[in-house]
Parts: sequence; C-alpha cells; structure tokens
Amino acid sequence: MTEEDVVAENPILHHALRLGDDALILGQRLSEWCGHAPMLELDLALANIGLDLIGQATHFLNLASEIEGKGRDADALAFHRDVLDFRNCLLVEQPNGDFAQTIARQFLFSNWQELLMREIAAAPEPRLSAIGAKAVKEIAYHARFASEWVVRLGDGTDESRARLIAGLDWMWRFVDELFDPKDGAPSLRADWDARIARTLAEASLELPKPRRGIVGGRSGHHSEHLGHLLSEMQFLQRAYPGATW
Amino acid sequence: MYTTELKDKNQKSAALSVADEDPEKLAAFEARVAADDFIEPKDWMPEAYRKTLIRQISQHAHSEIVGMLPEGNWITRAPNLRRKAILLAKVQDEGGHGLYLYAAAETLGISREEMIEALHSGRAKYSTIFNYPTLTWADIGAIGWLVDGAAIMNQVPLQRTSYGPYARAMVRICKEESFHQRQGYEIMCVLAAGTPEQKRMAQDALNRWWWPSLMMFGPPDDKSPNTAQSVRWRIKRETNDELRQKFVDVTVPQAEAIGLRVPDPALKWDEARGAYDFGDINWEEFYAVVRGEGATAKERIQARTSAWEDGAWVREAAATHASKRAMRLAAE
Ligand SMILES: [Fe+2]
Ligand SMILES: [Fe+2]
Ligand SMILES: [Fe+2]
Repeated sequence: MTEEDVVAENPILHHALRLGDDALILGQRLSEWCGHAPMLELDLALANIGLDLIGQATHFLNLASEIEGKGRDADALAFHRDVLDFRNCLLVEQPNGDFAQTIARQFLFSNWQELLMREIAAAPEPRLSAIGAKAVKEIAYHARFASEWVVRLGDGTDESRARLIAGLDWMWRFVDELFDPKDGAPSLRADWDARIARTLAEASLELPKPRRGIVGGRSGHHSEHLGHLLSEMQFLQRAYPGATW
Repeated sequence: MYTTELKDKNQKSAALSVADEDPEKLAAFEARVAADDFIEPKDWMPEAYRKTLIRQISQHAHSEIVGMLPEGNWITRAPNLRRKAILLAKVQDEGGHGLYLYAAAETLGISREEMIEALHSGRAKYSTIFNYPTLTWADIGAIGWLVDGAAIMNQVPLQRTSYGPYARAMVRICKEESFHQRQGYEIMCVLAAGTPEQKRMAQDALNRWWWPSLMMFGPPDDKSPNTAQSVRWRIKRETNDELRQKFVDVTVPQAEAIGLRVPDPALKWDEARGAYDFGDINWEEFYAVVRGEGATAKERIQARTSAWEDGAWVREAAATHASKRAMRLAAE
C-alpha cells in the first residue's frame, strides 16, 4: 500500500497530517524572522506566533504518529519526510518576503485556520477536537494581529500600501486551495470571504482580482520553496542519522 | 548580564566626576544609596550616576538584542520539535529582556531611538561574547550553559542595584535566565553522552566559548577604573574578579560531571582558598573585540542595521496610520 492509500483510508490521519504540516511549515517560516523584524515588539510577536504554531504542529503530528502506528514519532514525521509526503497547503510555504508579504500570508491563513479550528474543536472526533479547542484561542490572536497590521499598512503610507498590495497579490493564487472541494474546507468560504472583505475595507483596499488557483500541496505537489525550507530544517537529522538531541 | 562597563568611544576620563554637584544633595543621595534605598526616576541623582546607568543599562539592552543573532542562527536548524520550541522561546525571552531594559534606560531621559542609533554607529558597546560565531548545534548548548550562566552571576546581585527601574527589570529577567542556563546545559549533557561526532561538537564548543565567557565579567579589578564608585553607588554589587571566580567555581564541576575538559592547563583546585586557580586571560583579545575586531562583529552590526533600515517603512506606516486615526476620531 502506498503512503497515499494509507492516508486516503484514514480521514483522521489525513486531517492530523495536514493540520500538523500547515502549522509546522508556517512556524518554521515565522522563526526565520527572529532577530530581524522591523521593531522589537514585532520580533516578539512573530516569535510568539511561531511558537504557538510549532506547539500545534507537535500535537497534531503526535496524533498522526499514533494513528499511523508505524513507530514514526512526530520528529520522524517532521524531519524525515521529503517534499512528496508533506501535506501542508502551498500558502504557508511561501517565502517571507518583506513584512507586508509575511502579514498578507498570515492574514489569509490565520483567518482560515481560525474558522477551521472552531469547526474541529466542535467536531465529534475527540483527539482532534482536544487539540483544536486549545489552538482556537491562539489562532484568534494570530488572526487579530495580522488583520490589525493589514489595516495599519493599508491605511498607512503610500509605500506600505503598495507593499501590502504586492504581498496580497503574491499570496492570492494559493487561496483556492484552502477551500478545495476535495482537500479543503469549501463550507468555510463564505465566512472567510466576509472576514477578509471587512478588514480590507477597513484598510481601504480592494479585494484582489480573482485568478486561477494553484493547488497541489495537499497531495505532495508543492512549490519549489518547500524543498529549500526542508533542507535547512532537516539538516541535523539528515547529517547525523540515528543521533539523539 | 553583560555589565562589563565598556567605555564608549568618546569617553575620555574613566571615572566620571561628581565635583560639580551640590554637596548637600550629593551627601543625602549617597546616604540613601548606602542604606540600600531605591532611587526612582524623579529623585535627584548626580549626573555621573545617571550617565553611568544609561551606559550600563543600554549596553545591557543592546547585548540582549545582538545576542538574539548567534542563537537565532540555529532556530531554523534546531534538531527536533522540542529543541526548536525551547530555543525560539529562549530567544524571544532575550528580546523581552531588551525591551524591559530599553524601557528602564528611558526613565533616565534617553529615547530608544537614540540608543539604537548609538549602537548602529558603533558609539555604544555590547557584550564582546556575541561577536563569536555559532558553528554547530553544540554552540547553542554552550551559550545557554556558559553565557547565560555568566549572565546569572552578573545579574543576581543587580536585583538589589540602587536604581529602582533597573533592579525591577533584573528581577523579571533573572527568573528567565535560570531556564536559559538549564536548557543549554541539558543540550551539552545530551551531546556529551552522544555519538563521537556529538562529543566532538560539545568539546569544541567548550573550547571556543570558555575563555570568551570568562571575559564577559570585564577587565580585572585593577584595570576597571569605575568599579569603586559603581560599587559605592550600588550600580555594581560585586567586582568583576569576584564574579569571575564564582563562575569558574560553579562551572568547572559541571563540565567534569559530563566528561568535558575545560581548556585551561593551569586550572586546579586550591584547597586553601576553597576555589579554583585558573590561567591568565588573554586581555589583548578582549580589548580587540571591544574595539570591534571580533570575528563576527561586522555581521552582527550589519544584521541589526539592516533589520532597522529595512523596517523603517513599517514603523513609518504604523505612525502614519495612528495619526490618521487620531485625526478621524477628533473630526467625529
Ligand atoms: Fe542579560
Ligand atoms: Fe537575557
Ligand atoms: Fe538569557
């Protein structure tokens, strides 16, 4: 049986891997900022969000490992899979770019993740809902933080506005994947659209124009960026096989 | 930590003078300090006290911020999820320390922007320890164990320093430093008990970080001109050499316990003193690093400067948005 078959057979494993990988990859991206943010308060805020996400990733990947029952723990899943077996959405692996691009990514993702996690927290699967219930509070803060910065940058200077528009433009291709009828959460689209539209209006920005969505992350067909992220993240585990740290 | 009283570039005379101060006020001030009273921002204080504190607190704040860089260098490469989370939390704490300390310095009448400008232009100093590179994962262990360990030695007495806002910042900071030290030592324990490659990393990290860690306490007492006045003013509570000795005495047994060798052939237990004798410190190296000639000095300042300059548009946008909002609210 291939990895794809195993995942298809077990929807909870499927969910746990996707949620864990989303959180892990975005947490890794945010930790790249540490020490380099535009001001100290933002260093702290981005590290804080990154920490929350790495915590969520640990919980979801532990669950995935338990369900999978192959003796691969959360670290083995994080540090010993290659691109084709990662299940995160394309949005989270996008490069940080400038601060506006980072905020655009966080804004689109956290608003979606919050809606999704509320649903998971209320769902009958107890192992997923326990993790979801704790994560919801964290994610609500991430969404608020990102939305407030969208307003600041959109309604700030000409430069910040132009940079935010460019950041949203970079990320917008990857939105449809979040709501994909097969691998996404199509029922959340209307709520998400309303949230995004409200904040963009407050920032006096227009909604980006619809465009062809790029998908593939959920089935392991990622952007070129993920391989580089993994080669950095997995370096020690790959260079010293079998060592404990 | 990092309160090594490094002289700023333009500071000619070492001991700042109190000759021009009102003798009555000065006497009252000295009496309060001697009685272990806290001096608060609105209280009268000699100009030399204010200046010394601004220099010391801002150097400490800069050290916290620059110190995020060598450890930040390994967050994205941390070997497992637990270590990644711990390191990210640790470096975030250091940023928080910087924030408290800048705020404490601001109570003395200097702005964060002015302090940052002084750092970027090279006028203000930061701890020499952060001008060394982190080459392997073991360096993250060594920094927590030795550098945060030295920081604790330095900072614990400063919780009773005479300036209230500084003392209170130190209380908050010290709570976190012991977790920093423990996580670093734990990394070293695991590596020292690991594969031959891991042991090599651990020993090599100790070899490289040992002497720079001893230098963190600053020049020997007989070459530290401000010490007497600073001790009298309770800006310092123990001398550089006293703190250094304490650090050696605590740390050597920790190295031995995990089978690592301290890179000092002169190191030996002195039964009579109840302390370790240790070899001569290479002060030439220390002063070179103070002058900005450390191995990664250029990288550190460049990283700080580009973060600040690349982020200028963000700070400007936030300020512009805030004033637009205020104007809209006023118009309503
Ligand atoms: Fe410190
Ligand atoms: Fe610190
Ligand atoms: Fe620390």
